[in-house]
Amino acid sequence: MEVKKVKINVDGKNYEVDSSMNLLDACLSLGFDLPYFCWHPAMGSVGACRQCAVKSFKDNKDQKGKLVMACLEQVKDGARFSIIDNEAKEMRSNVIQWLMTNHPHDCPVCDEGGECHLQDMTVMTGHDYRKFRFNKRTYRNQYLGPFVNHEMNRCIQCYRCVRFYRDYADGRDFDSFAAHNHVYFGRAEDGALENEFSGNLIEVCPTGVFTDKTLKKHYTRKWDLTTAPSICHNCSLGCNIIAGERYGILRRILSRYNSQVNGYFLCDRGRFGYEYVNSNNRITKPLWNRKGSSGPLPASSSEVLNEAGKIISESKNIIGIGSPHASVESNFILQRLVGEKNFYNGISGSESQLVSLVIDILKKGPAYSPSMHDVEQSDAVLILGEDLTNTAPMMALAVRQSVKQKRNKIAQKLNIPAWQDAAVKEASQEERGPLFVAGYYPSKLDEIATETYYAAPPDIARFGFSIANIINKEAGTANDISNELKNSTKNIAEILLNADNPVIISGTSSKNKEVMEAGANVAWALCKAGKKAGLSFIVKESNSMGVSMLENKNLNDAINSAKGDQQDTLFILKNDLYSRENKKTIDDFIQNFKNIIVLDSFENPTTKIADIVIPVGTFAESNGTIVNNEGRAQRYYKVFIPRASDVKESWRWLNEIVNVSGKEEFRDLNSFYDFTKFISETIPIFKEIDKITPPPGFRIAGQKIPREPHRFSGRTAMNANLNVSEPKPPDDPDSALTFTMEGYRGEPPSSIIPFFWSPGWNSVQSINKYQIEVGGPLHGGDPGKRLIEPGNNDFNFFDPSSNYFKGKDGELFLLPVYHIFGSDELSNMSPAIQERIPKPYILLNEEFLKKENLKEGDDIKLELDNEKIKLPVKSNKNIPEGIAGYPVGLPGITFYDLPLWCKVGEAK
Amino acid sequence: MEKPLTKNIDFNRRPLNLKDYEKAGGYQSVKKVLKELGPKQVQQIVKDSNLKGRGGAGFGTGMKWGFVPMGDDAPKPKYLVCNADEMEPGTFKDRLLLEGDPHQLIEGMIVSAYAIQATTAYIFLRWAYKVSASLLEKSIAEAYEAGYLGKNILGSGYNLDMHLHTSVGRYMCGEETGLLNALEGKRAQPRVKPPFPQVCGLFGKPTIVNNVETLSNIPHIVNNGAAWFKGLSLSDEGGTKLYGVSGKVKKPGAWELPLGVTGRELIFEHAGGMQDGVKFKGALPGGASTDFLIEEHLDAKMDFSSLQKFGSRLGTGTMIILDDKTCPVGMLHNMQHFFAQESCGWCTPCRDGLPWVEKILKSIEDGKGKMEDLDTLSFHTHYLGPGNTFCALAPGAMEPLQSSLKYFKDDYEKHIKEQRCPWK
Repeated sequence: MEVKKVKINVDGKNYEVDSSMNLLDACLSLGFDLPYFCWHPAMGSVGACRQCAVKSFKDNKDQKGKLVMACLEQVKDGARFSIIDNEAKEMRSNVIQWLMTNHPHDCPVCDEGGECHLQDMTVMTGHDYRKFRFNKRTYRNQYLGPFVNHEMNRCIQCYRCVRFYRDYADGRDFDSFAAHNHVYFGRAEDGALENEFSGNLIEVCPTGVFTDKTLKKHYTRKWDLTTAPSICHNCSLGCNIIAGERYGILRRILSRYNSQVNGYFLCDRGRFGYEYVNSNNRITKPLWNRKGSSGPLPASSSEVLNEAGKIISESKNIIGIGSPHASVESNFILQRLVGEKNFYNGISGSESQLVSLVIDILKKGPAYSPSMHDVEQSDAVLILGEDLTNTAPMMALAVRQSVKQKRNKIAQKLNIPAWQDAAVKEASQEERGPLFVAGYYPSKLDEIATETYYAAPPDIARFGFSIANIINKEAGTANDISNELKNSTKNIAEILLNADNPVIISGTSSKNKEVMEAGANVAWALCKAGKKAGLSFIVKESNSMGVSMLENKNLNDAINSAKGDQQDTLFILKNDLYSRENKKTIDDFIQNFKNIIVLDSFENPTTKIADIVIPVGTFAESNGTIVNNEGRAQRYYKVFIPRASDVKESWRWLNEIVNVSGKEEFRDLNSFYDFTKFISETIPIFKEIDKITPPPGFRIAGQKIPREPHRFSGRTAMNANLNVSEPKPPDDPDSALTFTMEGYRGEPPSSIIPFFWSPGWNSVQSINKYQIEVGGPLHGGDPGKRLIEPGNNDFNFFDPSSNYFKGKDGELFLLPVYHIFGSDELSNMSPAIQERIPKPYILLNEEFLKKENLKEGDDIKLELDNEKIKLPVKSNKNIPEGIAGYPVGLPGITFYDLPLWCKVGEAK
Repeated sequence: MEKPLTKNIDFNRRPLNLKDYEKAGGYQSVKKVLKELGPKQVQQIVKDSNLKGRGGAGFGTGMKWGFVPMGDDAPKPKYLVCNADEMEPGTFKDRLLLEGDPHQLIEGMIVSAYAIQATTAYIFLRWAYKVSASLLEKSIAEAYEAGYLGKNILGSGYNLDMHLHTSVGRYMCGEETGLLNALEGKRAQPRVKPPFPQVCGLFGKPTIVNNVETLSNIPHIVNNGAAWFKGLSLSDEGGTKLYGVSGKVKKPGAWELPLGVTGRELIFEHAGGMQDGVKFKGALPGGASTDFLIEEHLDAKMDFSSLQKFGSRLGTGTMIILDDKTCPVGMLHNMQHFFAQESCGWCTPCRDGLPWVEKILKSIEDGKGKMEDLDTLSFHTHYLGPGNTFCALAPGAMEPLQSSLKYFKDDYEKHIKEQRCPWK
């Protein structure tokens, strides 16, 4: 799309800028260091702080000019401005002076120091001496939960926090209170912030009012951190993150800008769920349960390596179980170690089939797989059977932005530019774009939905099939849709057909393949009608897609293949089997094996039954390629080398085992990138994965990219307690990054940015310097590459199912209910997350509870899988009768392979 | 001398009810516009009359109305809002009209709403005006009963609903866009202009906000014509004006006079001159947010354009007199305390600058001032100017400050040199 440009004059020089921008956008995009506070690239301009003052001149004869705020100036052809004008400079310096009248002199003890936007702007404007000699106003702080710390004295009232929390993330329990210089940002009462994206306050706040509470527990200055570009592993969205370490402890997670994936933000599970890396549960030494010993005992690496090699070479039959949260490379090496026909992807049967279905649908159909940025831009969204807020939180945030696109259209009619945030909202009031949500239990997105439909998954499927059929008769129809629903589906179909960028979102969470097929039918019907329809599926884990692209055979298949025969060896990679199948099933399964070798980072029920446990690194201690739900292959880099020297990357351990077991295949492959390249050359779907980041040999002016900023301190003293001689900094042959602060000082390629910094810009605002235009893609394009592009129009619609849900007397159909805090295995091990995990419960329809004479909190007895369980009930009016919502993953909740019918026992 | 605004007002009795108001000629203009004039014609009459907004800004009312999109394609509904949130220190003229002749305002609002084809009108009333609140409620109910409000007014097909909304009590609610936000239930913070309320106002729809006195003039302009209105004044800006005087004068009060009387006439004739024992030192001509006038300016016409030549402005036309026995620094401190407290807290210069100014003035009053303080005050008067702040509150606050520094610098310096307030 052709972008209209205008010519503006800044301090005597002419520049061509995008006509839709405001002057601040334009100046920052041109590289000028113009200070600001309240403007944010994702939230537009409001003109509150007055920091971005520049001089505006009527024409070239006007010598005096007048001060205007750059963030509120629409760029026009022929406009003349000055940034360096003395009066403008003085005004900008005065704004800092005013802010400093109340700002505490906390820098040395403030967590924000070193990455503080206020510090940067203070230096940039040149304000120095303090003329204000009176007292400062102070505030009481609030307890806001385990994630975000509150220190209100530091507030400069830029209003970014309320704008993000309320306007962008639709949160309600946080607001601005009082007036004049007592304006306060907080909650009505102390208590944990309820919004799932509250952690972004930490990055959005230009001072140290909101800081990372988890970082505080082991605080380190930004300049002292060793950081690397990484990918969050706590759901399937693959948000880009920057992980920082010091002294062998992972300190904190920051958002890594990617305009296609997560933009500027992260969800709280991703931001605060990292501490499991530092947990006491880490396995730091190999463990070997030798014959005759009392249990697994620490052994040396060489011992277990030899033993593993011996076992492998002597095994006649061996089964390898991969992991949906280990990298493509690690899974691949295991696959080749045990042989393709013996490798299983490690996902439970019912789920794996659905993931394979996703890949199949995306490959063969005409609908493209949208990135989260594409979803934000969508003007009509249909969600079938996914509680995005809890299964893929950042996608929920993207959907919340999509319904706001309508506002820009309304504002445009009144000639209000899109960046004039307050006016756009005023002009459009509560207007929202179309969002249709069909779910089997109520979700938070319902509050912004145009229409919601609550039904069991089979009925959701029929709902979807009906919509598809209305759009295109070729997509067959489902039976027995009620008249009321017929109106709904007709309305939805019409709206989707009138949209420019409709998006259909579904996923594996409902454990129902027809729901997903229905979603595909709708998207494909729209494509056939000439629409650019997006089709997005949420899957469970960070590399569910990647490992499924490698192998379809799943855990269930592995269990079946082992039945009866005595097997030699079971090789498990980063997979607690007891979290994916019933205890009895796994207990029986492992009986079949003489040797069990497990590679994992944490003690869990599976490591306890292993003969050999090999300690491997977490995401922060390894390089890897993973594929997100969009099908985007992304690279994460090793942040640090674990202090426990036996803890190595899983791919490295596997490669060593391969070498020791005499396999010829990988003789020439030794470094990480060798494997990435090999996979890209041998497996067609992974063709591009070697190009998503620069190879290890990449240099700029002969230099590598340092993981540490040039102010990194303490290198010589850090290890003095171990050895007074400073060790040689470790090499990194696997990437173009170094483990030191020596290296190229300038801007690295976008996929290998270890931290954002620019001269004068120490805070996250430095991201501006890395973008082509502020708020847009990074220089060189955003990291990651989508591996699946739409097929041609030669496909068949799925046959609509005629299944519908029928309740059973005295029984309940158990379906999974998800929690952002509680349903993810890895983040559940982090203390801050643990504070937010709800207690076990079961979600039931309020009418059903009335019939059973139960009220909220009472225990209900259920019998399932021949076991009796008891859970406190939670009442809800929207979950259909006959269905029970079972909160999967919560500590104290037994694993069942849902969905499952259960008998209702006598209730209390 | 004709006094159209106050002709019905007699504080020895209750204000006229609807029946008596009609007998005195009330609601004629409503009948006239609904039967004889189209909205555009009404707008033209008001434009021709040169009526300037009486809220303090003095913007041409007819011109303001002209920016409202008209016609069938215009966004709906359109709103007319009466700004009755009179909180400018020293100002009490609207209160006089509200308590004296509430029906006059209602009649004016109906005609004005018709002129812009608004279908809903609000009176946004200052929280403290409790007497006005109950009078307005009663009068609105009377107007509905008589058929001047509601559906199909007088069979014309024109609908208008009118509501009274009492404010919760912040000065910022008197700022046009702050008022709109407060009326919508949001924080009383101003909005950026553009977009202007005429295009994107209450609930994002075209809205006109006018002052009580402005709207009260409308029935008379419509009844008697633009030429008549222009003839009432002593300058080329039309009409009479409610002037007020407060301070140590013999007869503080408010009077309806031709627009353009001199300050001297106002103070020394109508207000009876200074009390015995005090001399005139200076005056804020239109409430606290205007620049001081001193003795030599008292022969200037008190209209919207003339006072600008002397570095001040008419504002609301209610004068606050400073006498020679009152400390100017103390007076400034009192006002700046008000402004600092009433800052909404949105933009930096006002929110953080005004408290600094207030603290300095207090320090000077307490005998702890320093000479550098005057430089600090001065730079605030420069940098808290229009355009540097988000709205006009802080620039208004700077008006008395900058003029006091101009005319009463010696008094400030005396405080600082003697390290005490010489008036105490």
